Amino acid sequence: MSGGANTPVENLPGLPPVGEHGALSCGKELSFPPAAEARFQKLLTRYPTKQAALLPTLWIAQGEWGWISREAVDYVATRLGLSSAFVWGVVTFYTMYNRAPVGRHLIQFCTSISCHLNGAEEVFHACRKKLGDLKPGQTSADGKFTVIEVECLAQCDKAPAVMVNGDDHARITLDNLDAFLSELK
Amino acid sequence: MSDFAPVLSARFGKKNSSALATYVADGGYESWKKVLAGSKTGEWTPAKVTDLVKASGLRGRGGAGFPTGMKWTFVPPKEKRGDKPVYLLCNADESEPGTFKDRILIEKDPHQILEGMMLASFALDVKHAYIYIRGEMVHGAEILNAAIDEAYAAGLLGTNVLGSGMALDLTVHRGGGAYICGEETALIESLEGKRGHPRIKPPFPAVSGVWNAPTVVNNVETLCCVKHILDRGADWFKGIGRNERNTGPKLYCVSGHVEKPGVYEAPMGIPFRDLLAMCGGMKGGRKVKAVIPGGSSAPMLTGDEMMDVPLDFDGVAAAKSMLGSAAIIVMDETTDIPKAVTNIAKFYAHESCGQCTPCREGTPWLHKMLKRIVAGQGKKADIEMLMQVAGQMGNGMTICVFADAAIAPILSAIPKFREEFEAYVAKSASPGFEQAAAAGITSEVAERTAEGMHS
Repeated sequence: MSGGANTPVENLPGLPPVGEHGALSCGKELSFPPAAEARFQKLLTRYPTKQAALLPTLWIAQGEWGWISREAVDYVATRLGLSSAFVWGVVTFYTMYNRAPVGRHLIQFCTSISCHLNGAEEVFHACRKKLGDLKPGQTSADGKFTVIEVECLAQCDKAPAVMVNGDDHARITLDNLDAFLSELK
Repeated sequence: MSDFAPVLSARFGKKNSSALATYVADGGYESWKKVLAGSKTGEWTPAKVTDLVKASGLRGRGGAGFPTGMKWTFVPPKEKRGDKPVYLLCNADESEPGTFKDRILIEKDPHQILEGMMLASFALDVKHAYIYIRGEMVHGAEILNAAIDEAYAAGLLGTNVLGSGMALDLTVHRGGGAYICGEETALIESLEGKRGHPRIKPPFPAVSGVWNAPTVVNNVETLCCVKHILDRGADWFKGIGRNERNTGPKLYCVSGHVEKPGVYEAPMGIPFRDLLAMCGGMKGGRKVKAVIPGGSSAPMLTGDEMMDVPLDFDGVAAAKSMLGSAAIIVMDETTDIPKAVTNIAKFYAHESCGQCTPCREGTPWLHKMLKRIVAGQGKKADIEMLMQVAGQMGNGMTICVFADAAIAPILSAIPKFREEFEAYVAKSASPGFEQAAAAGITSEVAERTAEGMHS
């Protein structure tokens, strides 16, 4: 398995304790603020079952809180009438739900075949090195960066392709890596 | 060929091409209006739309190339399905490494997709259709949602579409990052709010799909083709392409070592040689060593094998590979094939859903053995063992074809580029059985030792 943001890095300082059903605890009770609640209510009207709203509800949760904590799992499960174990099972199947806090800039390097042919792995390693020898999935001490490796981003014509949070970046090479990083404030 | 004018990509270069206003100014939604108006007079019926799509010869653009019109006819008629609704799912989970055509359709011309979905919904008596878009396409989902909002506001969607009495809702559903959700039954499971585990077939989705209701899953580009068939007729569509089994315009995604990688539109069946010329040839004028013609799941072909292959379903199949999603990954003479295959094996090991043992266990083993070979620690027996393990994973050993996809690059690359794999093993620091036996150690111990060293 390539290290993803979904895979909490063992023994790293600053991570919250592991809670029930393997999820990390954020240490506080959660509920959707009004705007998120409105989006959640709208979601429920789009599907014939509540369960179908699970993936989009997890997206709302991650949008609000940055990652999916044990409390977020419990909260989403309660809202949709599902068990926490079931929700956690779904969270762990998909790679994009963060199971630990991530930095302000989640830098996702595609290393699949077309990007590999254009030297993506070298850029990925150089980037981690530059940011203080970060392990895949580890967040920099200032909380600014988390660097992970991801599968094909469907930007193969712009290889090596990188996504930062939800934004697409084209042709990130060893030559322009510094310039690319300096633009991430 | 020379008089071919782009169809699917015709509007990509226009200003504000994703906006409703520019789409309508270019004649967009005329077919939707025509069919709705004609449905009142009896001029247009669902069967007529389906027949048109059948007559066009359109085959699914997602990978399998199944005839779209025929897929639609598998939905049971109203008398048989009773009160159950029919669902249309647009598969926008484009995740096959090397594929990026649906992304550009979504970002540059979303209304084209919506109109295709509307027409397909009419043909299939669908009241609510979903677009399952992969989680990584954050902006793509925003663009589609904006387009859908515009369509509702213009009365093109809703409870009484353009006063026709027909109701149609459309919803974008974002995935969470899982390659397998492009498989149609995994996509259905995921839409239902579950882990993306493919279902055993039968029943096929057309009979029992999402929420146990009849369901049709069509690819983004396929649905775009439906719109153009309704605009310009089945004969026009059939007139494009190499022969009547391979019809219509096609988007090709070219990546790797070419001068100008990108999405290129050409008539179905363009020879690889011509497509390569459209991309400005090989980077630095180097030679083509290998090509994967249909995304990472397709068997690899050598440059020589590839040159004159017509890029359509039957043409690539005749060359013993597949057109798949028309993701053409070009590798030049500098490419390290064992490393490229290892990269692909890593992808499949990571993305296996874990349901079936041959795939769950086999994909990491294949990756591990390949990693060992390219790390200079391979054993002589590894190459045969790779072939053996891969040979036991496919052809119906698993619920879905993921395992077949995972082994295709290995089973094709090893025979074609065996000397490269052997070269790695020849200079290996840990060649395995034979040396170990000479040193008086049993092969089993040597095996375990080597395993322990590199796991």
